[in-house]
Amino acid sequence: MNLTLRVWRQSGPTDAGRMVTYRVEDVSPDMSFLEMLDVLNERLILEGDDPIAFDHDCREGICGMCGMVINGVAHGEQRATTTCQLHMRHFEDGATITIEPWRAAPFPVVKDLVVDRSAFDRIIQAGGFVSVPAGSAPDAHSIPVRKEDADSAFDAATCIGCGACVAACPNGSASLFTAAKITHLSLLPQGQPERVSRAKAMVDQMDAEGFGGCTNTGECTAVCPKGIPLDTIAQMNSDYLKANTK
Amino acid sequence: MGSSNGKKAVMAVTGAVMVLFLILHMLGNLKIFFGRDSFNEYAHALRTLLEPIVPYRTVLTTLEILLVASVVLHMWAAISLARRAGKARPVKYVAKKSQAGGYTTHIMRFGGLTIALYVVWHLLDLTFGVVNPKGFNSAPADRMVAGFDPSRWWVTLIYVVAVVLVGLHLRHGVWSAFQTLGWANRARNKMLRLGAGLLAAGLVVGFLAPPLAITFGVVQ
Repeated sequence: MNLTLRVWRQSGPTDAGRMVTYRVEDVSPDMSFLEMLDVLNERLILEGDDPIAFDHDCREGICGMCGMVINGVAHGEQRATTTCQLHMRHFEDGATITIEPWRAAPFPVVKDLVVDRSAFDRIIQAGGFVSVPAGSAPDAHSIPVRKEDADSAFDAATCIGCGACVAACPNGSASLFTAAKITHLSLLPQGQPERVSRAKAMVDQMDAEGFGGCTNTGECTAVCPKGIPLDTIAQMNSDYLKANTK
Repeated sequence: MGSSNGKKAVMAVTGAVMVLFLILHMLGNLKIFFGRDSFNEYAHALRTLLEPIVPYRTVLTTLEILLVASVVLHMWAAISLARRAGKARPVKYVAKKSQAGGYTTHIMRFGGLTIALYVVWHLLDLTFGVVNPKGFNSAPADRMVAGFDPSRWWVTLIYVVAVVLVGLHLRHGVWSAFQTLGWANRARNKMLRLGAGLLAAGLVVGFLAPPLAITFGVVQ
C-alpha cells in the first residue's frame, strides 16, 4: 500500500505547529497504524529528519497510552479499537490520512502527536480511590456483590484513560472518563463510604482542569475503545447532585 | 450551581418547566378548532383562574414570571457552558467527523438561538399585537386567525420552521434532561429516547395544526 499522510508537527509546547505531508510506500496491510508510523519514522531518521513523536506502550490495546485523531475520528473510524490495534487493511491503497493530536486545553501538546494527560491523573487523585485499611487481602466472598452490579462496575472499570472521549467531545468534556471512574467505584460496596464526596471532588477537579461541560452528544462513547456506556454519566450526575443537595 | 454539572441541572429543570408550558400552550391552541368563542373563553379563563379567591390575572402572571425566569436561567446556563466549551478547545481540528448519528445534538445551540429570536417575534405578533393586523385591543381568536391569513403565508412559514426547530431541540433536550438529572440508565434509555421523540413529534403536530388550518382556510 502507498499512502499520503498529513501529520501535525509541533517541535514543542511553544511552537505554533503545522500540518506536514509525507508519502509512505510499501505499507503492509497487516501492519498496525503505529507500525506504519514506525516505518515512516525509520526513514525520517535515516534522512536526518526529526521522527514524529507519538505516545505508545503496550501496543495490545490495554494500556491507554496511544491515541491520535485519524481522519477526524479519535483512534480512527474502526469502532472499539485503540490506535495500536487499528490495522492498515482498513485503509484504501493510495488514501490520504490526516493525523492530529487530541485537541483540548487541559491536554497541551508536548510534541507532535504527544499530549500531556496529567489532568486525568489529578482527577483520579481527587477521589478515584477507596480508603481501605491495608493488610492481608480479604476473602473474595466476604462482601457479596450482585452480579448485575459487578458487571456494570467492570464495564466502567475497563476505561484505560486514553482520552479519546475528550478528543471526540465537541465541548472538550472529560465526563465519560470521570463518570467511568466514579461508576466503577460507586457500584461496589467498597466504594459506598466515599461515594458522594468522591463524585463532588472528581467533578470539581474536572471543572478546575478546564474541561468543557457535557451536552450528551454521545460522541465520546462512539469513539471509546472500551465502549464505556453513556449511562455512566447519568450515574455520575446522580451522585454529584446528591452531594450538592445533602 | 456554578459548576458545569450544576449548570446542566439548571438547564434540565428550566427546560422541564418550559416543556410543561408548551404542552399546556399546545392544548390551548387546539381550542381554535372548536370555534373562535371557545378559544376566546379559554383565553379569558386563563386570566380569571382562581378568581375571586385571588385577583384578576394572578395565576397567569405568576406563570409568566416563572417562565421568564426559566428562559433567562436556561440561556444563562447555555451561554456559560458554550463559553466553557469554547475555552476547552482553543485549537480546532483540521478534520473532524461526527461519530454519533444524532444530528439534533449538534444544532442545540443554533436551534436555541433561532427559537429565542422567534419567541420575540411570536410575542410581538400574537401577544402584544404590534405586528398583527388586528392590534392589541382585539379578541385573541381574531388575532390568531388574522395573523395566519393566507395573505400572510410567510408568517405561517416562519412559524412552521420555528416549531420544527423546537421539535428537534426537544428530541435531544428532553432525553438529555433525564440524563443530566441522573434518572437515565441502560434499562430506561430506549423508553426515554422514544418518549422524547414522541413528545417532540406530538408538540410539532399540535402546534402546526391551527396555523396551517387557518392558512389553508379550514378554520375561518
